[in-house]
Amino acid sequence: MYQIRFHGRGGQGMKTASHILGTAFFLEGFNVQDAPRYGAERRGAPIFAYVRASHETINDRGIILHPDLVIVADDSLAMIPTAGVSVGLDAHTVLLMVSRHSAEYWQSYLDVKNKIIILSPFVEKVDSALRPEIGAVCAAAAACLSGEISRSTLEKALREELSDLKQESLTKNLDLSLNAYDSMNGNKGIVTPKKDRPLDEYTAVDWIDVPFDQASISAPSIHAPLTSLLANTGTWRTMKPIIDYDKCNGCHWVCSTYCPDSCISVDDEGLPQIDYDKCKGCMICVVQCPPNAIDAVAETDEPGKKNTQTKGVSP
Amino acid sequence: MSKVLLTGNGASAWGARLARADYVPAFPITPQTEIIETLSKWIVDGDMDCRMVNMDSEHSMLTAAGAAAVTGVRVFTATSSQGLLYAMEMLYSTAGWRAPFVMANVSRGLSAPITLESDHNDILAARDSGFLQIHCATCQDILDSTLIAYRLTEDPRVRLPVIVNLDGFYLSFTREPVEIPDTKRVDEFIGPYDPENERFTANVPVSQAVAVLGGTPYSYFRYETHLAAQKALEVYDEIAEEFAEKFGRHYPSIETYQCDDADSVFVMMGSFSTKAKEAVNQLRKAGKKVGLLQYRLLRPYPAKAISHALKNKKAVGVIDQNISIGKGGVLHTELASALYGQTGAPRILASFIGGLGGRDIPIQEFFKIVDTLEEATKTGITPEPRLLFTSQEMEEVRKLQAIANQIPTTTIDTTTIDTATVDTATIDTTIDSNNKTSTTQRSTD
Repeated sequence: MYQIRFHGRGGQGMKTASHILGTAFFLEGFNVQDAPRYGAERRGAPIFAYVRASHETINDRGIILHPDLVIVADDSLAMIPTAGVSVGLDAHTVLLMVSRHSAEYWQSYLDVKNKIIILSPFVEKVDSALRPEIGAVCAAAAACLSGEISRSTLEKALREELSDLKQESLTKNLDLSLNAYDSMNGNKGIVTPKKDRPLDEYTAVDWIDVPFDQASISAPSIHAPLTSLLANTGTWRTMKPIIDYDKCNGCHWVCSTYCPDSCISVDDEGLPQIDYDKCKGCMICVVQCPPNAIDAVAETDEPGKKNTQTKGVSP
Repeated sequence: MSKVLLTGNGASAWGARLARADYVPAFPITPQTEIIETLSKWIVDGDMDCRMVNMDSEHSMLTAAGAAAVTGVRVFTATSSQGLLYAMEMLYSTAGWRAPFVMANVSRGLSAPITLESDHNDILAARDSGFLQIHCATCQDILDSTLIAYRLTEDPRVRLPVIVNLDGFYLSFTREPVEIPDTKRVDEFIGPYDPENERFTANVPVSQAVAVLGGTPYSYFRYETHLAAQKALEVYDEIAEEFAEKFGRHYPSIETYQCDDADSVFVMMGSFSTKAKEAVNQLRKAGKKVGLLQYRLLRPYPAKAISHALKNKKAVGVIDQNISIGKGGVLHTELASALYGQTGAPRILASFIGGLGGRDIPIQEFFKIVDTLEEATKTGITPEPRLLFTSQEMEEVRKLQAIANQIPTTTIDTTTIDTATVDTATIDTTIDSNNKTSTTQRSTD
């Protein structure tokens, strides 16, 4: 059974990606199970989706913990442990990452020896960081890597799953996706299904008796001040507002007042400063700035500092 | 016949469409909304001749569903979790009216704390309402059960509303290959709804009401509802048989897998049953005599079929994806009452509670359950009820509690904190002598 996991952000089409790949496998005669997984829905939030494909009946369900292929559509997720990008990797797992960085770079960053295939960001100058075609492109690349899906089947699956798109958008998706498929030809068939493990190779289950705790601890509530400061909502951003101080007229209040998260402050010189640890990338400041001094720029795929370990994190 | 990929929600909507539901009172809730969206698109596009009304709450939605059903139209509706609870008063009422309609419930754990993911406490809250319950394990199952449910609810011997239950996420948003039956054959199978004496025509006004009654008539009418539910067992079997003849898929009230020669048997319901099936396959390969008993009907409760299937088994492990607070697993409790005093009842009846709030049950936990059952068979001692919960999970919870300032972090390694809200910071918490808490924040790097 093929087990394939897509990671991206809400709005990047990971659900669509899993549907395209699922449909492509299905059209090739496989049994298929595909599904997205997310929490409270929010644009920019890390989400993942998965595809199982097999010639046998698929009885397993839910999160794929031991993937054969992991696709990372947005490499900024590699910095966020809760995104769970590297959960369940073993030597057999192949990674496909959309990134401007090299495979060696990511092997070192993630501290893994896995085969990593880089899919270059296919649009150099992006007008929207959400890159609406990215899901389709990732699905197409994955289809080629499996070696099970022909180019024509992929095209059929793309047309089926993207049938709601307008012609222009559909054409763009098809062009980019089929190019991505072709670009993977050198690695065609590199992803293979894992063999069944004998029972004794599974990790032992370490059940515990959950202890009785006083209600002061065991009620699911938070009683602490300033907890919102702990939430680094800057990781939600797909677009970044950048102030051009040559254009900023120093009005000092419009952007900072409109910011719904109070993350624009005004410094001693009367110039606004954005707290990127907290800015969610809503772009309201961009719209409100009277001299249009704030640009909306796609989040670069520059990895920031590695801040927490990924051990023990479930996707 | 060819198959298509459908989500559980899509399969549920197809069931309502093929059954030619006339009326759908609706109210959205995650993870059910896609059912309503799908139906509404079909209605707008002219693919489905049906009236949909978006109501102001699930309580109104259920009232409208019951009221419409007793005026002679075929009704479908859908909800989940908090929505089902909000409608609870009308679940009892509409079942008491003997209003025949079908409702999909997309199972989701109940608040608080809040979750979007699946467990069965929502549907089990409806257990005693008079609604019959069919529990699905696959997307095909959902479509087919919806069709069967219409036959069951409209059968003059039964005339009780039916819930078709599907698990959130694990089925609702999961696509699987589904065969959509031919419309004509479905029409032959279900046929038009004959409401008998429950009719309403605008130009022939009639009064229709439920009386306020004392204990004696109340007892009679409530008990008649119970008898109708019990009768539904036999009616269900007939319908399932007919369905199998027509469509080639058989849905007995309980499904047994590798049970005949099994020593140890898993008992459970819902989508995780297929995971248990996979575990059975692997355990069988390793030479272990293990089987699965999956409930499809929970109400009415197929007690006879269950005790027959479990007769002379050595050990049974009930996996409850629910918890009756202060008692334990609901399925375990019910099974104990069904087996008690029966000849050949299994000596060991062990309770496992798992999969609460969407928590996965990985295959190795099924293996461990079998180990536990085999050990119990040897010693003859039934193990204590067990929550499927690992030491690593406990550690994660302790970290969350540390963030919430509930416990000191002296024993907690906060560098591996796993929470969507804490990405770059860890917390040092100290509790001073006045028991006030103070928090400082630092970057981990």
